[in-house]
Amino acid sequence: MKTAETVIESTESGLGLEVVFPTPGQIMRRRMTRHKGFLFGGGVLVLVLLMAILAPVIAPHDPYHQELTQRLIPPIWGENGTWQHPLGTDNLGRDYFSRVVYGCRISLLIGFACVVIAAVIGAGLGLAAGYFGGRVDMFVSFIITVRLAMPAVLVAVAVVALIGGSMQIVILTLGCLIWDRFAVVLRATTQQIRSMDYIPAAQAAGCSTFWIVSREILPNLLNNLVVIATLEVGRAILLEAALSFLGMGVQPPTPSWGLMISEGKEFMLFDPYLITIPGAALFILVLGMNLLGDGLRDVTAPEGKA
Amino acid sequence: MLIYTVRRLGLALLVAIAVSMVSFMLIRMSGDPAIALAGENASAEEIEYVRQQYGFDRPVIVQYLDWGYRALQGDFGESPYFNQPVTTVIGDRIGVTMTLGLCALTFAVLLSIPMGVLAATRPNTWIDRTALSISVMGQAMPSFWFGLIMIIFFGVYLRWLPISGSDTWAHYVMPTIALGYYATPAFMRLTRSGMLEVLASDHIRTARAKGLRWPKILYKHALRNAIIPVVALAAVQLGFMLGGSIVIESVFAIHGIGYLAWQSIGRSDLPVVQAIVLLLSIIYVFLTFLSDLMNAFLDPRIRVR
Repeated sequence: MKTAETVIESTESGLGLEVVFPTPGQIMRRRMTRHKGFLFGGGVLVLVLLMAILAPVIAPHDPYHQELTQRLIPPIWGENGTWQHPLGTDNLGRDYFSRVVYGCRISLLIGFACVVIAAVIGAGLGLAAGYFGGRVDMFVSFIITVRLAMPAVLVAVAVVALIGGSMQIVILTLGCLIWDRFAVVLRATTQQIRSMDYIPAAQAAGCSTFWIVSREILPNLLNNLVVIATLEVGRAILLEAALSFLGMGVQPPTPSWGLMISEGKEFMLFDPYLITIPGAALFILVLGMNLLGDGLRDVTAPEGKA
Repeated sequence: MLIYTVRRLGLALLVAIAVSMVSFMLIRMSGDPAIALAGENASAEEIEYVRQQYGFDRPVIVQYLDWGYRALQGDFGESPYFNQPVTTVIGDRIGVTMTLGLCALTFAVLLSIPMGVLAATRPNTWIDRTALSISVMGQAMPSFWFGLIMIIFFGVYLRWLPISGSDTWAHYVMPTIALGYYATPAFMRLTRSGMLEVLASDHIRTARAKGLRWPKILYKHALRNAIIPVVALAAVQLGFMLGGSIVIESVFAIHGIGYLAWQSIGRSDLPVVQAIVLLLSIIYVFLTFLSDLMNAFLDPRIRVR
């Protein structure tokens, strides 16, 4: 393929003008590179992913190693800051930069794992409600209402406290709590797709329900699914941070950003960097995920832009 | 309208029953609640005593019905930590949480509606973009971190505001902002998109053609229509805020039910935790019921569905 462009010679005009139509791929690429939020969010995600993968290479020290003679060294911009500990050390003398770097692994892992669980539950319920309608729809809507009525943070804190805080428990609990937006949005979208002509056409052709749902409906939902998933990763990361901050999430000495804020709280009056640094990391990552999600929606379906 | 009300009320009751079942079962997820209540170092006799005292030896369904029947009469049992009825323990603290929730809601509405209107009247200008970035940042900011930053800045550095407790109105300023700020993005986006839609409609053009003054059109003709979904959202958001106050209350050491729930979870005071989860859920159900009714009252088209 020499060029991806479709060139139509406008012979009727007689002026020898060429009208160049960009291909869908080109339109998409142009929208992507012009959308600042999308670029920022994508950039943040790529950087944080690299940080997570290359953590052992980037981190100058072991994030668990305590050096009690090196306690509460301020970051490089503070007085007595050293290049040995660019972001200082915490109250146990652990290198803060290494802990922040390793902390992104926890946030990303929990964020994505929760969203996978939530997407399976939410998409299943939403698809069933939207496709079958009637009683199934009523039942699913009822479950969604019940879920929304329960205070998520409180329930999550109670469950984690009762069963015991570990990463698996936190992921399972949050995954089972944040499927609501998947269910709500996918239910509405499925209803829309259900009313398209190609669904009765597939039924008339003798396709099974499973075939219709997986081959006709699901591909049309993917767009929405990816957008919500991206936005929900941000929400899951914030919830994990809140749980760990309350002491009912990931347990010490794991370097979770929420837990680091909680541990630094005691010393924040004299060493505010202990909470500003992990908090800023959380803020940038969640901001990036939200902008990426919004950006994906604008790029893939700009006609629905609010 | 009556049929609609009855149907909604029935649904709300069903949801309330389901919620009560979930919050009842929640406490039993850990396995044996008698062990949790008796404490880690309890002997087998002590656990057995607690089991009989709280009736954990009975079938679960009987326990649930008994608990539900008493809860309906306002009796949630006794808190083993306080040695007081759960109702009294919660009753002492719910006022604080309600005050905080209402203040936060007022703050969010007062901040976001003018911002949403401004953004909608001047779309794609710097005002619109500023409002948008404020809302985008609000969604990404961990509320507990925002609270701590405010404590460092306003409480410790500037010494303007007290940093913990709930004695005077000044104690509520920072928690209100921390809790309310998280809700502003939703309000602002809804106000903005609603206003944009209304402002593009025919009756606004007619009003302008008639020569009405712009502020009057904006507030009397446009905002009144755009605000209906915002009112509904406000009720729902208040429910979320009361639920989310557990984080903010523990940051600022405010003695409301969120802080109480957190502490009770820490000391395995299960009857209190159970009652707070149920109470917050019921309040949410009630608020959504109210907002549905309000919507139907303001917008007759909804009633027919």
